Amino acid sequence: MSRQLSTVNVNTQRNKGLSLKLDLQSYTLIIALVLIAVIFSIFTEGEFLSSRNLSNLFTQMSVIAVLAVGMTLVIVAGHIDLSVGSLVGLTGGIAAILQVWYGWNTFSVVLVAMIIGAILGLWQGWWVAYRAVPAFIVTLGGMLIFRGILIGLSKGQTVAPMSESFKQIGNSYLPYLLGYILALVSIVFLVFWTIKNRSKRMKMGLMIPAAIVDYGKVAVYSIFILLITYMLNRYYGIPVPFLIVVLLAAIFIFISNKTAFGRYIYAIGGNQEAAALSGINIKRNILWVFIIMGGLSGVAGVLLTSRLNAATVSAGNMYELDAIAACVIGGTSLMGGKGKIFGAIIGALIMASIDNGMSMMNIETFWQYIVKGFILIIAVWIDIYSKK
Amino acid sequence: MSDYFIAGGEKGMETFALEMKGITKDFSSVRALDNVTFSVRKGEIHALCGENGAGKSTLMKILSGVYPHGTYEGQILINGKEVQFKSIKESQDAGIAIIYQELALVGEMTVAENLFLGHEFMRSKIINWNKIYAEAQKWLNQIGLDIDPETKVKELTVGKQQLIEIVKALTKKADILILDEPTAALTESDVEILMNLLNDLRSKGVTCIYISHKLGEVMSLADSVTILRDGKTISTDSIENVTEDWIITKMVGRELTELFPYEPHPISDEKILEVKNYSVFDENGKQIIKDVSFSLKKGEILGFSGLMGAGRSELFISLFGGFKGKKTGTVLIDGKPTNIQKPADAIKEGLAYVSEDRKRYGLVLGMDITKNTTLTALNKVMKLKVIDEALEIKSTQDITKKMNLKAPSLEAAVGQLSGGNQQKIVLSKWLLNDPKILILDEPTRGIDVGAKYEIYKIINDLVKQGVGIIMISSELPEVMGMSDRILVMSEGRITGEFLREEATQENIMRCATGGKKRVQTTINS
Repeated sequence: MSRQLSTVNVNTQRNKGLSLKLDLQSYTLIIALVLIAVIFSIFTEGEFLSSRNLSNLFTQMSVIAVLAVGMTLVIVAGHIDLSVGSLVGLTGGIAAILQVWYGWNTFSVVLVAMIIGAILGLWQGWWVAYRAVPAFIVTLGGMLIFRGILIGLSKGQTVAPMSESFKQIGNSYLPYLLGYILALVSIVFLVFWTIKNRSKRMKMGLMIPAAIVDYGKVAVYSIFILLITYMLNRYYGIPVPFLIVVLLAAIFIFISNKTAFGRYIYAIGGNQEAAALSGINIKRNILWVFIIMGGLSGVAGVLLTSRLNAATVSAGNMYELDAIAACVIGGTSLMGGKGKIFGAIIGALIMASIDNGMSMMNIETFWQYIVKGFILIIAVWIDIYSKK
Repeated sequence: MSDYFIAGGEKGMETFALEMKGITKDFSSVRALDNVTFSVRKGEIHALCGENGAGKSTLMKILSGVYPHGTYEGQILINGKEVQFKSIKESQDAGIAIIYQELALVGEMTVAENLFLGHEFMRSKIINWNKIYAEAQKWLNQIGLDIDPETKVKELTVGKQQLIEIVKALTKKADILILDEPTAALTESDVEILMNLLNDLRSKGVTCIYISHKLGEVMSLADSVTILRDGKTISTDSIENVTEDWIITKMVGRELTELFPYEPHPISDEKILEVKNYSVFDENGKQIIKDVSFSLKKGEILGFSGLMGAGRSELFISLFGGFKGKKTGTVLIDGKPTNIQKPADAIKEGLAYVSEDRKRYGLVLGMDITKNTTLTALNKVMKLKVIDEALEIKSTQDITKKMNLKAPSLEAAVGQLSGGNQQKIVLSKWLLNDPKILILDEPTRGIDVGAKYEIYKIINDLVKQGVGIIMISSELPEVMGMSDRILVMSEGRITGEFLREEATQENIMRCATGGKKRVQTTINS
């Protein structure tokens, strides 16, 4: 909660209570994540939090995390996308086919995968926005259609192997020095941004939180960034897929908080009729949400194909449900209008942690499904319960 | 006050159907009700008045078991016997039925199904549909409602649905009926049916608690009135002993020297809006606005009066570009022809439209105050296409301060605020755009007297700055009290035009009813 409370005819006592409550709500997720980490660390004798495992964990969560970023926008806008799993498979498959069978270079196939994802997103968005077919139906159709196209194009075969440079996307690491430089740059940016923000608010005569609160937060974030970078650098360095997730998350957090498009998505999901009468173009904004979701599915498809070094007909199967679950665990409301990308990333991390931790404990795979199912239900229950 | 209790006392305790004594209810640190006493005689219609937040709803929630026994202090007696409701069910079993503003009917089900929902007639565990429909018909006949019990509820008007809700309560053998703002969404003819029904029920001995902001209704319908203010009982009296002004004074706790703070102001000759031969068709091609022409001058308050369903809202939503159907005619703004196809076009032309249904069309209830306020004017708080948060908060702070908004913080979700404060946010949101023409559709519906007065003040300030205001209002005193000029609509046409000085309730109503015979007794407020 970096925003301070500005007040109009306020009762200060109530104000304090409110800010505390808000903070608690957004920290519940972090607490849950820490709890999961502690439990797995105990059962794996600390191995869960080792540099090697953290590196694996962040790489494993990357595909779902990329999808969850887009899915947050879709759900906030009041819709759903069930086709992303198939779209991941299709875009990844097309990239593999173009490279393995037709010898295209890596840059071209990545670009094509993203563009095809965006075009198919546009196609679905058109049905939802301009033809008023419910997104559930359109994307359920898309789920079947895209999987069908993938099976047709690949003739049911596994397409492999990818070129060395394509493999790099999902399997390489940043050099140690570059990792530290990036960490430092982001810390400098954080400090600079906080100072600028405070001085601007001061100039406008707005209330600002005590310096210790603001800079305390900066200090905590900085330590956290350095710690993660250090831990990952103790192994091979920051995994490139994780860097892609962080970059995409940063871009879309910025878009959702700081641009008119982002704001409009929340308004449309919150109350479409009021948004329309406020002069917001509902159809065009919804169309863009689906284009973005499609494009991000393309990115996820490339990541997955690269990590597996192959495209299979079943690639990405059920990923839409993992992505939706990540959003929901992260506090996104399926009713629309409410949700945060940061929350969805944490949600994806929680889901990946459960897979990862349980397999480290040599628990049979079927338990992962059961536990994840329960966590999804309980997360939503906590969310509903905390509102009462 | 004493008069009321003496009258009851003469006949002894048993004449009170309901007594609530020394009711105190706290919400964490806020005291919502403070030693409230509320007594209702058997078979009377007892009005409960108070500004929003005075504690009316809280009191009724205690009575209906929403807040169970033990969460409040005090005593409730029904027919002289103490009761302790632990749930809504227990309160219902004791014969208390509450009819909320938001109706609790299932739209896809028929009238009969709704009437007996939850207590269907059974024959060995199988629903006896014939009996349900026969019983439903019997009840409808008894009330004098000409509705087929097989009609789906969603096909009825809101007013008829409200009546069905009352019948439903009666089928459950309710002795005490609580109506919360029942006429807020009713057409005049439905109000009339409702009034007749309530009068009829009174003669049959049903006790009724009537919560309403419309004091005209209270004066013509109720036998007694209790006034709450700031969680305290201010007064209980027989209706013969009080006047509308007296009720208002007690409600707000201060003398409102004038209900409508109209101030004479200069009106320029410059026409900022001219509408010529404007017609609107709905999606099925039916013409709902018929060849309407009018103009609005800079700094003028133009009132639009008429009965509900006259087409006023449709006319202005269409002018604003928010109506789905086809339209024909010419619209000039500042003398220049326009082509408004969507709300964004209208906003660019300097129009602003404050809807009659702020929760549905005006606000995103889950969003905070700041984000709602800047929604239509984001470009004013953006730099290089990026929202400047500090500037956004500053703009919101400035405009809401002018509106005298009362809120815990600008980060509060607007859904938590009272109707009056929500309306101030809708106004803030549109004023942030500096509109030339402000269309207010029922600007004071469902908000308390104090907030109403503040909104009238804001209207006055705006016309002084040269804004042209169109005020659609179904409350005759309001439209007459605030407008410079009044247009009256009936069935999609403009049927009358009056200058402020010429307007009387009678001549406006004559135009509003389009010359057709229409009973006027219930139309005032």
